[in-house]
Amino acid sequence: MTWAVLSLLLAGAGVTAAISVVSVIGGLLLGIAICGASLARSRALRGCAAVYVSFFRGVPLLVQLLLLYHALPRLGLDLPGIAAAVLGLTLCTAAYQAETLRGGFVNVPAGLIEAGRIVGMTARQIMLRVRAPIALRLTLPAVVNEAILILKASSLVSVVGVADLTRTAQNIASSNYRPIETFAAAGALYLLLNIVVGGAGAGLGRMVGRGR
Amino acid sequence: MNLELIRASIPEIIDGLGFTLLMWLPGSALALALGLLVAILRHYGGPALDRGLQALLGVLRGTPFLVQIFLLYYGGPFIGWDFDAPTAGLLGLSVYGAAYFAEIIRGGLAAVPRGHVEAAACVGMTRAQTLRRVLLPEMALLILPSTINMLIVLMKETAVLSIITVPELTAVITGIGSLHFAYAEAAFMLAVCYWGLTEATGLLGRGLERRLQRFRLA
Repeated sequence: MTWAVLSLLLAGAGVTAAISVVSVIGGLLLGIAICGASLARSRALRGCAAVYVSFFRGVPLLVQLLLLYHALPRLGLDLPGIAAAVLGLTLCTAAYQAETLRGGFVNVPAGLIEAGRIVGMTARQIMLRVRAPIALRLTLPAVVNEAILILKASSLVSVVGVADLTRTAQNIASSNYRPIETFAAAGALYLLLNIVVGGAGAGLGRMVGRGR
Repeated sequence: MNLELIRASIPEIIDGLGFTLLMWLPGSALALALGLLVAILRHYGGPALDRGLQALLGVLRGTPFLVQIFLLYYGGPFIGWDFDAPTAGLLGLSVYGAAYFAEIIRGGLAAVPRGHVEAAACVGMTRAQTLRRVLLPEMALLILPSTINMLIVLMKETAVLSIITVPELTAVITGIGSLHFAYAEAAFMLAVCYWGLTEATGLLGRGLERRLQRFRLA
């Protein structure tokens, strides 16, 4: 494993990390919106949220990426590969994050919401000061877990031509004929990225848990 | 893609579906068996073995499935493992799934109430009897929801095997799509197929959970 090869892999790992971070944050924002729809009073909104979640959790990410990559140009939207990849990962992770957030909201103790009402908070205040903070704290471990899953799932964007860590490793392996070392090194870099994400998540958990 | 084309490709699509099921069901069964073995080894094998296996599982769960099967399929021949694509796919899927099942089963074993294990010891059951008659059945019921969830995950992972040229559903339908320059239609059809498969699996799983509810101990 020469320095040249390693630096190529590191550049790929950078692309993987960037795609994953943007997708997880975008997915959290979209997930909040979908979670809101699934808790809404309107039956149509709830139905739309349920179909969205069912579709994006029920179809393999690879198929979703192929669909975006081939169908968007047909609709006149010619995105570059990397944008299609980020969009695909975001849409997919949003479905999972919406479900975990919904679980968090449902599990906010009813007593706390009543307490908020008794001290005279408006519905909006209860949402912003009681329900949302507690739900976010409850779902943080699941969101960190989702970030790790997305980091791994992002390897599939190599199929739509994005030069992420997996694609870089594939290119290297097919030119140096050393697939074992190359893919093992790529695997080690994924593992390292995941350890960083896990560590950051644990730190965030301590920070959020302080105000308990 | 017009209807005529779909109708003409039905035999191929059924072959692809067969391959998907051939990867998914035996792969899941192997993964479950291997995961059970690892979980039992961790449960009874002492701290050194436990830590070793934990590290191995950490590596398997911390790296993408795609990288694992690339390593197996393209790297294997260099160390004498010259598998064809379906064998490598089945093997890769089993090992990948086993890493998750081992964790699910470990959690299930830990959640069996201690009192039940002690009760088994009190009535004179041996360790093997306790495992077979108390721990395993109670654990099986506890892990049913996560097992069904994992089966759905593995079903979706079989699509990744198309990348190492296993002729399963994704490979077949994208192949038809590129033959007729109908990429978007092929991807759409794939999405519908997998959505149907995962929804059906979820439905069956929830039915099974309801039926087994009566064995649940209070």
